[in-house]
Amino acid sequence: MEMNTLLIGLAGVLATAAPVLFAVIGETITERAGIINLSLNGTVILSAMGGFTVAYKTGSVPLGFLAGMVIGAIVALIIAFSSITLKRSQVAVGFVLALLCRDLAYFLGVPVLNQSGPRLPSLSIPILKDIPVIGTLFFKQDLITYLSYLVIFLAWWWIFHTRPGLMLRGIGERPAAAFVRGANVNRMRYIYTIIGGAIAGLAGPTYSLSIKAGWMGTQSGLDGIGWIALSIAIFGGWNPLRAAFGAYLFAFLQWLGLVLQSKLPGVPTQVLQVAPFPLMILTLLLVNISDAEWVERILAAMPEKPRRWMMKLLRALRASPPAALGVPFESE
Amino acid sequence: MKKNTWINLGFQAGALVLALLITTLILVAVGAPPLKAYLSILSGAFGSTRNMMAVLITWSPLLLTTAGVLITFSAGLWNIGMEGQMTLGAIFTTGMLRLLEDAVLPPALIIILGILAGIIGGAIWAALAGALKTFGGVNEIFGGLGLNFVATALTIYLVFGPWKRPGVGSMSGTQPFDESLWLPTLPGTELSLWSLLLSVLVIIVVYFLLRGTHFGLRLKAVGKNSRAAFLMGVPTWQYSMLAFLLCGAFAGLAGGIQVMGIYHRLLPNISNGYGFLGLLVAMLINYQAVWAAPIAFLFAALNIGSVQLQILYKLDSSFAGVLQDMLVLLVLLGEGARQRFVKKD
Repeated sequence: MEMNTLLIGLAGVLATAAPVLFAVIGETITERAGIINLSLNGTVILSAMGGFTVAYKTGSVPLGFLAGMVIGAIVALIIAFSSITLKRSQVAVGFVLALLCRDLAYFLGVPVLNQSGPRLPSLSIPILKDIPVIGTLFFKQDLITYLSYLVIFLAWWWIFHTRPGLMLRGIGERPAAAFVRGANVNRMRYIYTIIGGAIAGLAGPTYSLSIKAGWMGTQSGLDGIGWIALSIAIFGGWNPLRAAFGAYLFAFLQWLGLVLQSKLPGVPTQVLQVAPFPLMILTLLLVNISDAEWVERILAAMPEKPRRWMMKLLRALRASPPAALGVPFESE
Repeated sequence: MKKNTWINLGFQAGALVLALLITTLILVAVGAPPLKAYLSILSGAFGSTRNMMAVLITWSPLLLTTAGVLITFSAGLWNIGMEGQMTLGAIFTTGMLRLLEDAVLPPALIIILGILAGIIGGAIWAALAGALKTFGGVNEIFGGLGLNFVATALTIYLVFGPWKRPGVGSMSGTQPFDESLWLPTLPGTELSLWSLLLSVLVIIVVYFLLRGTHFGLRLKAVGKNSRAAFLMGVPTWQYSMLAFLLCGAFAGLAGGIQVMGIYHRLLPNISNGYGFLGLLVAMLINYQAVWAAPIAFLFAALNIGSVQLQILYKLDSSFAGVLQDMLVLLVLLGEGARQRFVKKD
């Protein structure tokens, strides 16, 4: 019985991680191409509202998800256009879009506020669901959660095991070299930014049509998810597998907060829900710290054995961004 | 030269018109009468003395956060963590007031100490973001965002935990302070001339600091080309850190004023988005401090005016945000389009 409760709880973690995963994987693909999509927070909120509205009006859940992807793609297109064609700061435009999409969602979402609409049904996979432990954990979810498993591996396989994926890494790392090799850098950056945006656009409907069904305006509790996803993308070191680990870790910590709440009555509820956020900073620090000069100096002063051990640890945690991330490319 | 000025003006005007056009279409899309909606924003902002006071009350913290980011932007830094810095200012001010509440000190002194505590709180939080960047290699955008969340968590913890009201804690915040510890306001209003005076003073100081001083020049050098500045003998990371500290101090001051002048207590979300809004204002004025006061005033008026939309047309007051964000976005894009156009010419 106790075991079963635990399993259902962990299965819930996999489901709540799904939207964060979409945002993180979308961002990872975008940043691999050398573009930062800082609008994620707005994309998630607007695609949640847009996805729910479309599903509510048409009664079709798939159309809702499609709407979310279209919204994500359009926002990404604006970022691609402004940064690639108009050479504007990606950070500035992304930041403004993050706010614009959020405000638009709250403004346009009033007609569907607190309405009950369609939601994605749960869909257990026959046979697989009967496997002990694993069945309950992985295969009694809904369709979008299954898709989230798939997206991780597809993105990972594409980036690291295909020829176009090699090109993708090339245009983010050394665009000039990729250009010489015949890649149309700017066109590929457009394409990957839009694809990344469309994947991130799945995050919103995953909330509003599945795990937090409905649109509750500012009470939806989605403000901040996108910013978290951006940090997780860095924690993930631009590798979909590690990024997925980060997203699951985040969801797990939030769940742990809820569980611990009953054990620690002295701590206010709201505190445990935000507990993962300080941890995110800590992980960011760990990912980046091996680049700092003073760390090298301390390491050099350490005795041989602990130094080796420390260096190994730091190297394992370390993640370097694509070298041309945020840098515009000109072929002249 | 003359022709370029006209081209500049043309692109800027075009961006403004396009922004207004799109927001008007958005109003039409939700079935609101656009002209009436804009007029109601206008009357919501300036229709009565009370509303005009509210605009000025909003203007003051916005001016402070704008002044702050003008400094960090000059140093080439994206201080997105200003929301958190403002929150920490509010926390420190509240902490100081709680500490001295029952002490036998003249209230004026307690108020001054409270404000100072706020400034220090904001500066500490900014220093953290700066240290994360300088010593930890964490990009200031992500460090700042993370610290924003930590600041929110801290506020919620304090409001529901150690500082909760007698009885049960609630989102409405801590126990309000005694009236003697409120920032003096104009009789019958919530407008504090002190906070207004301080923020105007700060923006003037920042204007001259960036325009005519050795410090401002070196700061800009760090922002434009940090490596070249370093080779020229400018202590670059120290300058970045100083920019963070100053920006944080202004944000902390804004947070302190929110506590002492407006809410008289600590409550969740006390920064009210002014940090992000300050970034928008700075981008819209293309980092020119001269324009900070009027544009921040316009944004404050939009914020207050759009409350009226909610009352009259049942529209969400986030319309102010939509209009502000759209303006900034199109001005950014318009500038890009202009540069492309001029280059082709």
